[in-house]
Amino acid sequence: MATATATANAWIRSRERLWAEWLAAMQMQPRHLRIAQAQHYIEQYRALAGDLATARRLLPHSATTAALESLYASAHASIDRSSRHSLSALQTLFRTRIPAAIGALRATILWIALLFVLATGAGVWLITQYPDLIGLVASGAMIDKVEHGQLWTEDLFNVAPSSVISVRILSNNIAVSIFAFCTGVFFGLGAFYITALNGLMLGALFAYTHQHGLDGELLKFVLAHGPVELSVMCIAAAAGTALGESLIRPDAPTRLESFQRAARRTGPVLIACALLLIVCGFIEGFISPNPNITMSVRAVIGFGYWGLMLLFLRGGLHPAAAAKV
Amino acid sequence: MESEQLKIAGLTGVELTLAIAGPGNRSYAFVIDWHVRVLLAAAWLLFFWWLMKVLGLLFGDHGWKSLFALVAVWPALLIYFLYHPVLELAMQGRTPGKRMAGVRLVTRNGGLPGAGAILTRNVFRLLDSMPFFYLVGLTTCMISAQRLRIGDMAAGTVLVLDTTQSVRSLARMPALVARTGLDAGLIELVNELLERWTFLSLERRDALARALLARTNPALSSQVLADVGDADLQQRLRALL
Repeated sequence: MATATATANAWIRSRERLWAEWLAAMQMQPRHLRIAQAQHYIEQYRALAGDLATARRLLPHSATTAALESLYASAHASIDRSSRHSLSALQTLFRTRIPAAIGALRATILWIALLFVLATGAGVWLITQYPDLIGLVASGAMIDKVEHGQLWTEDLFNVAPSSVISVRILSNNIAVSIFAFCTGVFFGLGAFYITALNGLMLGALFAYTHQHGLDGELLKFVLAHGPVELSVMCIAAAAGTALGESLIRPDAPTRLESFQRAARRTGPVLIACALLLIVCGFIEGFISPNPNITMSVRAVIGFGYWGLMLLFLRGGLHPAAAAKV
Repeated sequence: MESEQLKIAGLTGVELTLAIAGPGNRSYAFVIDWHVRVLLAAAWLLFFWWLMKVLGLLFGDHGWKSLFALVAVWPALLIYFLYHPVLELAMQGRTPGKRMAGVRLVTRNGGLPGAGAILTRNVFRLLDSMPFFYLVGLTTCMISAQRLRIGDMAAGTVLVLDTTQSVRSLARMPALVARTGLDAGLIELVNELLERWTFLSLERRDALARALLARTNPALSSQVLADVGDADLQQRLRALL
């Protein structure tokens, strides 16, 4: 016992200079080190691992061992980190990761789009057959307006400035997309629910406005922003479905790892969705409620932006990448 | 109770052990952060309200609502919603609340989480915060093996106890061992007793001090030390170091 204590004491005394040096080194941010300094840092990390192993043997459950554990964890975290090349990471994201993620989701996106179309059809049928059910999808104020021959969107310009409307709309749309993505975690059911609900509402509103001769006005309102907005919602829901699928049919040894992989794979899709929805929000705030913009201009904007979206999601807006591949 | 641990194979072959933070630490950190971000957002909002009032722009005719929304409301919302991702990235897995609660964010390999992981983790807050008071997040945190909320599961991150404060003792230990000739375990005990001196009851700390002093010098019998007062005992312990 006495020998072990003496050995431990002798060992601790011998580490005075080294531990002081390590403590000073750990204060520095490793990303600010030169190559020689970084190599020295890694050498220190190795030596630290050796000391930790010795401390665990000689001084188990001691504060010295705990301090070495902490120092080792801190050095490990500094070394085990991704490189910080923000610009190249962004380029890779837009050129490679988003198109790859969209490519992998292509079939799911088509299925989700089909679900959306079917739900829209169901909404049309439901309100055509049972007009009273419109109360389930539209507020009393909206119904009141339509019955008086006006669309609820007509006053948008007077209620708040376009900039305010835009930001409110884009943040709401981004929240809905994130929600469609996240609720995919419930084995995809959440994403299905959000898609079907939105489709049902759209169909129901079109059927209801048709009964009052306002469907053309509603189409005019949604034409400029609708194609991209609805597509983005389907894409976000497809990404959410992929999360759910990763839990139903794991492609890794554990469901947790499979879920994590799916989240890493589909995460870039959500960034693309958010960017697309920002522009959509501005179109919906500035162009859609403006009565002076004609239907044909709206169609050009709506389908032109939709085409740009396709190009963006396929990485076509980054020709340099295509050339490299 | 010993905390749960995350064991990681170190890059050198020596295993890395990190203590996992439980729901209590997590909630404590969140509550602090929530107050900080609410106060920051409110301060921003009030400052611009005051500024626009001083400049005579408030309630004017020329789109004051639009201006107020753009310079005050939306930035305040951005502060509120981007507080976690921005600070977790800038402060290497920490936020002011996490720092105060003594926790930090690491990857499942013990490394620093990157931007992608932090964004993913924060996107899932929407789900974790449902239906109210982070019920989903807290429930998954309580039932999952590594105390993870859904955001952590998706991002591959773990909240661990931050023990960086303890490393400071390392610098003094070799010198203390050399100077006092006492063994390291005893020095740690003396140190700890002195640190906790004011938190312990008089009888308890005096008893511990007498026991430690007797161990450092066998000539000091407990009978001799029985007459030594509280302040003197503390003084003698300090003198040891």
